[in-house]
Amino acid sequence: MTEYESHEFDVVIIGAGGAGLRAAVEAQTMGLKTAVVCKSLLGKAHTVMAEGGMAAAMGNVYPEDNWKVHFRDTMRGGKLLNNYRMAELHAQEAPDRVRELEAWGALFDRTEDGLILQRDFGGHRYARLAHVGDRTGLELIRTMQQKAVADGMEVFMELKVLRLLHDADGVVSGLVGYWRPTGTFVVIKAKSVVMATGGVGKSWMYTSNSWESTGDGHAMALWAGADLIDMECIQFHPTGMVWPLSVRGILVTEGVRGDGGVLRNSEGTRFMFDYVPDMFRAETADSEDEADMWYDDHTAGRRPPELLPRDEVARSINSEVKAGRGSPHGGVYLDIATRRTAEDIRRRLPSMYHQFKELAGVDITAEAMEVGPTCHYIMGGVRVDADSTAATVPGLFAAGEVAGGMHGANRLGGNSLSDLLVFGRRAGLGAAEFASTRTGGIDLDEGQIRAAIDAAVAPFERESGENPYDIQQDLQETMQRLVGIIRTGSELEEALVKLEELEDRASDIALTGGTKYNPGWNLTTDLPSMLTVSRCTTMGALNRKESRGGQTRDDFPKADPEMGKVNFVERIPDPSAARRGVGGTPSVRSITSQPEAVPVMPDDMKALLEEAL
Amino acid sequence: MAGEIIRSNQSGEVTMRLWRGDDTGGEFVEYVMPAQEGEVVLDVIHRVQATEAPDLACRWNCKAGKCGSCSAEINGRPALMCMTRMDTLPQGEAVTVAPMRAFPILRDLVTDVSYNFEVAKRIPPLSAREKTEDEEEAGGYRMAQIDVERSQEFRKCIECFLCQDVCHVVRDHEENKTAYAGPRFFIRSAELEMHPLDTNDRRQLLQEDQGLGKCNITKCCTEVCPEHIKITDNAIIPLKERVVDAKYDPVAWLGRKIRNRSKRTADEAGAEAPSSGPAAVMPPGGAHGVPLPHLVDAPVLATAPVGPPAADGDTDGAASDDTTA
Repeated sequence: MTEYESHEFDVVIIGAGGAGLRAAVEAQTMGLKTAVVCKSLLGKAHTVMAEGGMAAAMGNVYPEDNWKVHFRDTMRGGKLLNNYRMAELHAQEAPDRVRELEAWGALFDRTEDGLILQRDFGGHRYARLAHVGDRTGLELIRTMQQKAVADGMEVFMELKVLRLLHDADGVVSGLVGYWRPTGTFVVIKAKSVVMATGGVGKSWMYTSNSWESTGDGHAMALWAGADLIDMECIQFHPTGMVWPLSVRGILVTEGVRGDGGVLRNSEGTRFMFDYVPDMFRAETADSEDEADMWYDDHTAGRRPPELLPRDEVARSINSEVKAGRGSPHGGVYLDIATRRTAEDIRRRLPSMYHQFKELAGVDITAEAMEVGPTCHYIMGGVRVDADSTAATVPGLFAAGEVAGGMHGANRLGGNSLSDLLVFGRRAGLGAAEFASTRTGGIDLDEGQIRAAIDAAVAPFERESGENPYDIQQDLQETMQRLVGIIRTGSELEEALVKLEELEDRASDIALTGGTKYNPGWNLTTDLPSMLTVSRCTTMGALNRKESRGGQTRDDFPKADPEMGKVNFVERIPDPSAARRGVGGTPSVRSITSQPEAVPVMPDDMKALLEEAL
Repeated sequence: MAGEIIRSNQSGEVTMRLWRGDDTGGEFVEYVMPAQEGEVVLDVIHRVQATEAPDLACRWNCKAGKCGSCSAEINGRPALMCMTRMDTLPQGEAVTVAPMRAFPILRDLVTDVSYNFEVAKRIPPLSAREKTEDEEEAGGYRMAQIDVERSQEFRKCIECFLCQDVCHVVRDHEENKTAYAGPRFFIRSAELEMHPLDTNDRRQLLQEDQGLGKCNITKCCTEVCPEHIKITDNAIIPLKERVVDAKYDPVAWLGRKIRNRSKRTADEAGAEAPSSGPAAVMPPGGAHGVPLPHLVDAPVLATAPVGPPAADGDTDGAASDDTTA
């Protein structure tokens, strides 16, 4: 029988990105014995890839800015599918979270009078993003990492979590996983668990996400009985690199557009003027001259259409390429070279300069970049209580990308980093409070632990079978081809069938080489999560018969006001009784998807949506 | 409306010579793969994993030069696998990829870099000064762009630990690791020393605990830094100068005493370093100052990325304590 080691904490946090570390710092500050578990080394989480900045209505550049305007921008960007209370808390608390980060050592770029400089981004009425050049995520994660280390945080690095564990009453009470370096198993008992595992992008072929973004937290929460919402709402960032193929999908920051960059098609036309939707027409410039005046003075003209919310820009690029006006490698041109001086570009966008120079041989101070949409972010996730971040199963909390509701159908750029801090802190508080009031000892079920471990090592016992990399590639092709930026009913139906086939194949993986730092095995244990979240996305996409934000249906091209009143909720009604799928997890066939009402906004909040304009 | 899938052009073959093994030993194994346009070393390694060796261990995350996970020695030169384009390497020759030599091998290309995480715990964190009345009112600290830029350069560090790998104070001298922080943490200290808000005086700690004097300023670290941070010129040399000032210059000492931004002493600052706190939990056999048996057939720097160690004859890692000249 395979051995495992045991640990016990009050609060355990899964994920060491911005949200996880912020939650950990808060729980530890509350005096609770806290641990962080992460799949990679500390400081390597996907937060590090965030570039442009974190949105907070501090009013350092435009004093007219305030939380009400930020709230309005966030709700309109999310096509009103958001949990309004989350958007409200986020807008109110983001400025304090940024200032706190500064007191912990973050060094943001400065205004003339020495305050934190804020930059323009899509969908934000005012220049609102606190930033450090185009490496803001690195600044955030390093600051939080250094704060956690200074606080003496216990960090379990390179530990993959397989499953949440619960006690006899169904309260989430810990986890089982394994050390990637040694392949040995670990059980951590905890009075409450915070899920902060990030996104799901690795199930698509062209993505800005790293290998870690396999939806582990989404899937584990679902398997533990929690609800997921809005899983169909996937953000395709308009500007990913498209060439060379090996870097296809790597992010090109929205900061390029915020700082003056424009999109052109192969005919040299600034095509975004042709794609301004009615919802944003009143606040968008209708000529290049007007748009160009705006950069220096937001009162001199209306905002350029390149700075519409991401879903609008991504769809427009897609249409230009489909119409045959794309660049040689299937993208469009993003031009900052003719708009700003070389010195300015290198100062404001140093890592973009570096990235294109070294990976594509392109000098962005002299040439336009070729860019196209890339799978970037999932708005959907664990359904949570806005104030406490509690999931719908007791003992479980969720913050950051893995949580749903905050961003509605489409996230505004810059709202993610601030989301991590606002709700990371709240998750730490919520989990600490739950752990403090939980009484009695925790009894874990040995059977749950054994089942997870046995299923994890089963592929080594098979003489022959599938290669996990083949399954991953087929999954990525399926999702890219059938559940991409533009969707249609028949293709989504086809994807559901494919996912069932892939689940059957993934149950027949055979491995060699032992469990010690074995990437083939690591991938094998990620596949159940990837298949599960892909299934949820596909089901939600099929059920939402309309186009809204990160869900675009070719067969239902318009938004349907009735659909705007519901979230599609994915759940597994009775996880322990459900049919088994890959690695002993509930089968993707056991997931249900149904509409439930979006939280209703009180009238005073509704009024804000209009009056701030 | 199906999403398009694009296939790459193939042209010829590439031979990868990859280190396979663990802490008990190993060897280079050759894999021949079809060549594809525009690829980086990490792409080819991923294709080796997907086809011939699913258990080939390789640490990576972002594949965009931002996370600093995929450090290795490529044709003997410490570099990020994700930022090394195949077409910049000698064509028609095998590409040799070995794990970083300064750290114990876990498996194949993955090393145990926990030394770095242990050192990080010994650095006292930022201790920010109080806000002024004006700052309380404005809602945040005031700092001039020019004053934050010095530290911002060091905060670009992606913690790839290539500078630690190439630093010969520890590269060939495991015993020095207990009393030497290394270039990555010298820039961390420099960042804090030059941070406009910090009130700690870190100079004594740098000299006595972090072994700043052992650095021979050979600039190996600067040469391999993928973020192009001028580690030696902008961090280590200024730190050495400050340390020397602290020791020998009573006027400078007095000057610092009477300036209104008073810094706290090393003992006060050191008391804040969390080194006595709970250790990061590591897998069994992982780290905690217990070096794993080193690689038998150790990969070496085939083409030296940097000039020879400083020609003062005293560069063998166990260098004299004060080399600031």
